[in-house]
Amino acid sequence: MYFESAAAVWHMEGHGPYVWAAYGITALVIILMLVMPLLRSRQMSRAIHIEERRRDLAQSRTSEEDHHASEA
Amino acid sequence: MWTFVHKMGSPPWFYRFATIMIRWLLPTVLLALLAGSVWGLLYAPPDFRQGNSYRIIYIHVPSAVVALAGYYVMAIAGLVSLVWKIKMADTAMRAVAPVGAALTFVALVTGAIWGKPTWGAWWVWDARITSMLILLFLYLGVMALFEAYDDKAAAAKACAVLSLVGTVNIPIIYKSVDWWYSLHQPASIKFTGESAIDATMLYPLLLMIGAFYALFALLVLLNMKAELLQTHRQSAWLRSELR
Repeated sequence: MYFESAAAVWHMEGHGPYVWAAYGITALVIILMLVMPLLRSRQMSRAIHIEERRRDLAQSRTSEEDHHASEA
Repeated sequence: MWTFVHKMGSPPWFYRFATIMIRWLLPTVLLALLAGSVWGLLYAPPDFRQGNSYRIIYIHVPSAVVALAGYYVMAIAGLVSLVWKIKMADTAMRAVAPVGAALTFVALVTGAIWGKPTWGAWWVWDARITSMLILLFLYLGVMALFEAYDDKAAAAKACAVLSLVGTVNIPIIYKSVDWWYSLHQPASIKFTGESAIDATMLYPLLLMIGAFYALFALLVLLNMKAELLQTHRQSAWLRSELR
């Protein structure tokens, strides 16, 4: 390692604030760009699942009604 | 080769392809970014003239390089969408725009932060920097233009035309440091001949450039997958895929 202590890493001979700000902003942008489509995908697949379940339920209900109707 | 291209245009095939690729790319990208950053920040030697501020190079150059390369990807996808009317090309074009905009933003911001201790100014209206700012507006323009239309087919066509016209800017950015008197330093890495950068600094930089290319691919695939989930939510193939 080039630096001797954690404080030296932080300070970087006066350039620390610039270097760490640049890396911090970049990390933030990358995290945001990763999380946004992941959240959107998860939201969409959850919505699809709910709709699917609703459709299945409606289908089983109508088939039950058909069954009752044929019995009567 | 052509069967592969043909498959790329099929949403179900692409959805499965993206899912597998994302599973591999996500850990690879995170690991490579972490390793490259630690290498560049802690182990690479300081620059003899700029000191430690040069360590910003490990995010500045990769983000700028990939932002430029990404524009070609967007423009080519736009061309394919215009000529062959392939829906997936359209999806790809729109998935690239926010990723390219984010990378251009990172390149500009890290450049500004690097400029302060090196040139004494956050911003100068220099040819390289101004043409990069135009690149950011081109990416944002494609995003905004798509939202401006109600008819999405017309929107895609307009976006494709804009991205194709904008390619004029890319060689200008590349050559700006040679054509005009500029504060910005010329390229240090050359494909032919000796690079003007020492190996101890070059290797972490190459790692970070590779990591940013992989990051670009990952983000575009994530955006395309999210888009497919939305546009094909009524399709039977997607429902069986999610089961």
